[in-house]
Amino acid sequence: MTVQLISANHAAAMAATLAGRANRNARGFGGGIYPITPQTECIELLAKQEFEKGGVIPVESEHSAMAVCMGVSLGGARSFTASASNGLAYMAENVVAAGMYRLPILMMAVNRTLGPPWNIWVDHGDTLMLRDSGWMHIYCEDNQEVLDSILFGYRLAEDPRVLLPIMVCQDAFVLSHTMMQTDIPDQEQVDRFLPDLDLPHRLHNDAVTVGGLDFPHETEVHRAQHQEAMDGVAEVYAEIQDEFEQIFGRRPADRIVPYRMEDAKYAVVSMGTTALTVRVAVDAMREKGIPVGAVRMRMLRPYPEKEMIEALAGCEKVAILDRDISLGHGGVLWSETRGTVPPGCVVQGTMLGLGGGDIRPQHIEEVIEDLLERTEDGSPVIKEVM
Amino acid sequence: MQEPVLEGCFKTDQELTDPLLRPGNTNCGGCGMSVAWNMLSHARGKHELQVVIPACCGIVTAGHYPVSSYGAPTVASTFASSAAVAAGLAHVMEMNDENKRAVCFAGDGGTYDIGMATLSAAAERNDDILYICYDNEIYGNTGGQRSSATPLGATTTTTPGGKKLQKKDITAIMAAHRIPYVASVSLAHLEDTRRKMQYALETRGFRFLHVFAPCPTGWKSEQAEGIDLIRMAVDSGLFPVMEIFDGVTTQINIEPSMSDEALETYFSSQGRFKKNKVDIATVRAAIDANWARLRRGVS
Repeated sequence: MTVQLISANHAAAMAATLAGRANRNARGFGGGIYPITPQTECIELLAKQEFEKGGVIPVESEHSAMAVCMGVSLGGARSFTASASNGLAYMAENVVAAGMYRLPILMMAVNRTLGPPWNIWVDHGDTLMLRDSGWMHIYCEDNQEVLDSILFGYRLAEDPRVLLPIMVCQDAFVLSHTMMQTDIPDQEQVDRFLPDLDLPHRLHNDAVTVGGLDFPHETEVHRAQHQEAMDGVAEVYAEIQDEFEQIFGRRPADRIVPYRMEDAKYAVVSMGTTALTVRVAVDAMREKGIPVGAVRMRMLRPYPEKEMIEALAGCEKVAILDRDISLGHGGVLWSETRGTVPPGCVVQGTMLGLGGGDIRPQHIEEVIEDLLERTEDGSPVIKEVM
Repeated sequence: MQEPVLEGCFKTDQELTDPLLRPGNTNCGGCGMSVAWNMLSHARGKHELQVVIPACCGIVTAGHYPVSSYGAPTVASTFASSAAVAAGLAHVMEMNDENKRAVCFAGDGGTYDIGMATLSAAAERNDDILYICYDNEIYGNTGGQRSSATPLGATTTTTPGGKKLQKKDITAIMAAHRIPYVASVSLAHLEDTRRKMQYALETRGFRFLHVFAPCPTGWKSEQAEGIDLIRMAVDSGLFPVMEIFDGVTTQINIEPSMSDEALETYFSSQGRFKKNKVDIATVRAAIDANWARLRRGVS
């Protein structure tokens, strides 16, 4: 294991490289790649890597990048791509297809504001648009988590009890272009952690049609099976946490990450790098004697409802922060999480840092102070941070 | 008296026991796509195929889960993606030293229109794919809308007054990618069809076959007359039957008689040209100009 000062884009590329090489004794590695700010450095680094078996294919669009991943995966090889923002929007049809084929493709997504007007900074609306595509979603808060979640994600996605694609998401520039000390595992460790991929429904010699036509009753069964696989993720996730820790000496975070919640009457729920800032604000408020804690949503799909209900069980008031907006409703995290609070708990949704605005501890403290004054749920509000 | 086609023995033992297009499929009577499948089945010999079919009649042919009308492993891809999915499959075959063939089987909509960027990119990369376009000049699966392969004058549900524009020259487009092999295929000339399919299966790199496929349902023509219509299209010069190697060397495989009678019968036999009369003189002039251009390129 070596420690290097690298960006999260490079951390992702190195994780994909290690995972790709780890499948060299099986069907190999591949994927389609296409540039878009702010993930380009990831695919550039990946394109420079040597693989004993396979490599990435530069294609003409995100739509085809995911199509190549599907072909690679249907061929039984390990598959990776990366995208962001409007690239994800363009790719969307094949993201859904990869989900419904249940191919264990891993995509690193850099969360970037959807345009127009064009904006390259962080906003979670792009991957949240793909929330219902049948993929697992993980949102990271630092570079190490990006690297670890890619290795972890392959193991989870390829588990025969799961067999679902996974998005590992990171915040544009805040992580993608920020250098941090990052532990990079040895190939030997990754080889031990990631078994050879043996995809049961890969295209073999049998004359079957993968993804043919369904009548309604077959779709019902296929959706139920897909949902069942999602329901089984929590158990597999916990097993893989142990194995990851044994091999790499670090324990990947749980699906949600509570902070100072043991005695908290108030909580702030957030996702991505916002959670780091929230912790600083929570510490400051704690020094003033306010019993506030925080919960970071790490895995949005499958939604960790049981864990969230447990984490928020003692709360009187909860603030839910979104760096996204479902226009005509409110934040996605708010709309999904407000049902998990205990009876009588006040819930307030706040959308802040939309379009990449710089969220500072002071903004979070203002949100907490506002929450303390509330006696009933309010409509979601957009808080300007600039 | 003509010699019997294909040595008078159409079905090989392999076709009888392990056809690519299985009995019981739901294709319309007289479907040219069915004939294209049967010819591929006839030509494939020892080759193992992995087939990618985007949205088109061809994926409805497969039937509904879990059955398949196809005698080869098949992927039903999204509409625009067949060439990219096949690129992924071909990549994995290559890295695992598997001597199989990745085959795309797509209609004109998935080729000329929505799949064009994907197709062009796979051709530019010279991915190891045999791409077969069965061109029935219409979105048949959705009930008969115009595509950019629909010819001048044809009435479709979205060109009720007849199409005012010419169809794209797909062989020229593909040849411009300088891929190893581009060929146009007439289902009325089965020896030529078989030879081209065999050559395309043997050759590596990106190979493109343009199969002119009659669609009695969309063309509003007699089911039994589809192959005759293709023969008329060839004889009249409307559909040049040729092959282009590396985008450079062009060979004409069937010399047309440039018959005006064949041209007139071709148009008058199809309901799609009835409502809005096609000016035969205009078509003839376009055919002659096309052939003049083709002759300049012939080696």
